[in-house]
Amino acid sequence: MAEILVLAEHDGETVKKVTTELLTLARAHGEPAVVWTGDGADGARARLAEFGAAKVYVADSADYADYVVAPKAELLAHLVAEKAPAAVLVAATSEGREVAGRLAVKTGSGVLTDVTGLTAAGDTDGPVGEQSIFGGAITVQSRVRTGTPIVAVRPNAVTPEAAPGTAEIEPVSFTVSDDAKTARVTGRVVAERGARPELTEASIVVSGGRGLGSGEHFALIEQLADSLGAAVGASRAATDAGWYPHQFQVGQTGKTVSPQLYVAIGISGAIQHRAGMQTSKTIMVVNKDPEAPIFELADFGVVGDLFKVVPQLVEEIGKRAAG
Amino acid sequence: MNIVVLVKQVPDTWSERKLRASDNTLDRDAADAVINELDEYAIEEGLRLQEAHGGEVTIVSMGPEKATDAIRKALSMGADKAVHVTDEALRGSDGLVTSDVLARVLGRTGFDVVILGSESTDARMGTLAAMLAERLGVPQMSFASKVETDGSKISIHRQADYGYDTLEATLPAVVSVVEKINEPRYPSFKGIMAAKKKPVETLSLTDLGLDAGEAGLTASATEVVSFANRPPRAAGTIVTDEGDGGVKAAEFLAARKFI
Repeated sequence: MAEILVLAEHDGETVKKVTTELLTLARAHGEPAVVWTGDGADGARARLAEFGAAKVYVADSADYADYVVAPKAELLAHLVAEKAPAAVLVAATSEGREVAGRLAVKTGSGVLTDVTGLTAAGDTDGPVGEQSIFGGAITVQSRVRTGTPIVAVRPNAVTPEAAPGTAEIEPVSFTVSDDAKTARVTGRVVAERGARPELTEASIVVSGGRGLGSGEHFALIEQLADSLGAAVGASRAATDAGWYPHQFQVGQTGKTVSPQLYVAIGISGAIQHRAGMQTSKTIMVVNKDPEAPIFELADFGVVGDLFKVVPQLVEEIGKRAAG
Repeated sequence: MNIVVLVKQVPDTWSERKLRASDNTLDRDAADAVINELDEYAIEEGLRLQEAHGGEVTIVSMGPEKATDAIRKALSMGADKAVHVTDEALRGSDGLVTSDVLARVLGRTGFDVVILGSESTDARMGTLAAMLAERLGVPQMSFASKVETDGSKISIHRQADYGYDTLEATLPAVVSVVEKINEPRYPSFKGIMAAKKKPVETLSLTDLGLDAGEAGLTASATEVVSFANRPPRAAGTIVTDEGDGGVKAAEFLAARKFI
């Protein structure tokens, strides 16, 4: 069975959830081989094995973290030439998509981004990727017809399922060229998000919008998020007003999320916002305006004052957790 | 400083966007066409670099004839001139083809810095800056929420899920911007009038050394096999808060096993 290369996303110790999703998807199309850059592969090996990795190609060099995107693309191009995989899967994060873009140019291959599912075409054609476009209004089936299919998979689109693999570690001897070392990372500034999960990875997202009325009131959104173990998001109205940092914006000019549960608080649901959350599995809404378009998407909606409804909800969740 | 800003005309998010049943490509007649929103931030950043370092701002756009509207808007904001790549054979080009065409244009214009929006609101791939940097062999300074340059070195804040990274490189470079970076100016009346007289060079595929078979749908490495409109979500339960809205919301979450 041909290999499927899976580029691991990790923080140097722990593998991100999206990588377990990619492994789950890869197993249906070939033998998953993880590509691990930098250190930490030994510690993550057990988890990669749990989700069916057959191999782990480890390229242990600081270059992959010290320079953006290009070194990873170069490594993958090397592995594509050497291993002739059936496909390359990356996470559809900003970086994953950019790695995919560069790899596509290097290998003359087609790239599909923001894929939510992958089915075998059945014959010699490559796999067919499902994508949700125009803010979720249209679902398209696309395929790569030239080169090695490069597929960037949307986080949270696939439910990770365990299946044992051997996860044999295989060091890769590869030297990143000077050409790939031109955009140097000089520092990292991590925004305060407490113990909350990352927005695009979270199973539950609680977002606040214009109805909050001020930045201070986002404390309410954070309380609700923390009671659910959720990530915090914000509408464009809220980030434009400076109430919450821009990187938490959900919507067409921000992040696209598809969590198990999306809770929209004080958000009217303009198309710009819907484009970023419409594919969430379950949607709950609290808004004082019964005409707000966001209610059209709601599995459950409360028409009411968020400053009354949300504290009561937080209290009720607390009671149930205690009871 | 030779500043080139890439601009794309896209279907307006606020109108109904469709694909053509005949070839699964974008139906450009179905929706109003507007300049890609993030590109306005790219134009603004280009104009600010020009104000600080002098030189010219050139707009480059690939698209059908009516993309001249987007180009004129960019010129009315203050850019000096434009290059419009337009050819019927370009229809349906994927990212790989688009980046090839644009890289060829950039080879003609030359550049110290190329600026573009981090993604378009229609395709939303977010890969063009990386593809161009790869093709042009220059540093990739993408997803920038802040750009600083002294004319030879460039540093940016690269926005990430966790906050941002700081990056450094030497010009020339490709920069993509996120909307946090600035507040785009509105075209003035004077700017709109002046834009009508600014030079717009039109290029065909032949001008770029490409055949019709090397662009568009036929040359693209990806294809849309089929599409379907997403079925509407089933109507949910909407309750009006009568003092127990939070309790009811908790009951819903419990019933769905979220709590």
